[in-house]
Amino acid sequence: MTEVELTVNGRVVRETVEPRLLLTDFLRHRLGLTGTHVGCEHGVCGACTVLLDGVSVRGCCLLAIQADGSRVETVESLAESGPLTELQESFRRHHALQCGFCTPGILMAATDLLSRGRPTRAEIADMLSGHLCRCTGYTPIVDAIEACVDRDGGA
Amino acid sequence: MKPAPFGYVRAGSLDEALAALAEGGEDAKPIAGGQSLVPALNLRLVRPTLLVDLNHAGLDGIAANGTLTVGATTRQAALVGDERVHPLVREALPFVGHFVTRNRGTVGGSIAHADGAAELPLCLVALGGKVVVDGPSGRRVIAADEFFMTHFTTTLGTGELVVETVWPLAATGESSAFEELALRAGDFAQSMVAVVLRRDADGKVVDASVAVGAVSDHPIRLREVETLLVGTSGAEAAADAGSLAATLVDPPGSIHASARYSRALTGALTTRAIERAA
Repeated sequence: MTEVELTVNGRVVRETVEPRLLLTDFLRHRLGLTGTHVGCEHGVCGACTVLLDGVSVRGCCLLAIQADGSRVETVESLAESGPLTELQESFRRHHALQCGFCTPGILMAATDLLSRGRPTRAEIADMLSGHLCRCTGYTPIVDAIEACVDRDGGA
Repeated sequence: MKPAPFGYVRAGSLDEALAALAEGGEDAKPIAGGQSLVPALNLRLVRPTLLVDLNHAGLDGIAANGTLTVGATTRQAALVGDERVHPLVREALPFVGHFVTRNRGTVGGSIAHADGAAELPLCLVALGGKVVVDGPSGRRVIAADEFFMTHFTTTLGTGELVVETVWPLAATGESSAFEELALRAGDFAQSMVAVVLRRDADGKVVDASVAVGAVSDHPIRLREVETLLVGTSGAEAAADAGSLAATLVDPPGSIHASARYSRALTGALTTRAIERAA
């Protein structure tokens, strides 16, 4: 057992973990942050995607102990208890979710993608290839993300 | 918990990593991006007793000096958009996993993991790159086509680590193309082909590299196809080269594609890659 200290959604947390504890299970079971979903648990479905030091990663392919000293953001960080972010609002407007299982992971990956510049529709679709959605047929998700691309400014 | 128990060491330097691996013995495993290893741990396909984390060992970074030297833990995403990276690799990168897995997956990890259907090992073989390893018997440099042996198996010895990969830069008179077919974007390839052609002033091919992956246990150069292309314009021999390539591979076949289909596919991708590189 090892003590880790990391910043999750702006809050410093200190916990004792076994090396084999995955970041997803750490977030959900230790911290009660169940917004991060667990699907395939081998890096295929994308539901567990969170930001590690600002970069989107698979929470199920990372050990909690590896995140020691890092900053982690989950879907709970987006709106907290306030109004929805522009991206979340766009998902609602475009009917980019139905059951919502895949949505947290896609929101975090899209947040990362949008922070890097102005992705094209093809680049958004390429990013989405790493996320399984069984409800929407993907097109509304591409529409929702594309509507948040800043046409005038840069990154 | 998904994985079986293991110990964990966060190595702060290459020396620390090598020492931890030496101490851990046969059942110690290095972890870099973990995009293949952690799924295998979760499924309990592997049960190492010790993981040595290389992410803080100072093994990342890209340096250009006649060739491109890429530190082992350099993220795959770091190569995306880097103009110094060979065009063949830039073309193959979107096929390497997904946007999110490329953020974490490393170049050295992909090489050391040696999945027969992985794009970066194929590109390294096609370009004639090198793998720099370090370990108990010191540092050595291995040519890419001598590094990969079979499924998930390389010439790395116990306690040895990939520390760098060396990639040739694009040369004048050279062109390249990468072709892959997978059932879904980002999924494992059913077949993939990398072609690099070098031409003289008259447009005749003087040197060719044609390598295939996913249809054998490790990436292989198709020397007979390369010989066929030399002295031609490339394009004029593309169809024959594809037909020849289809006879040179011996894929096992799978539930997704029969061996016959995979051979035909490899031929078609070879023709297409040569035409585009021509």
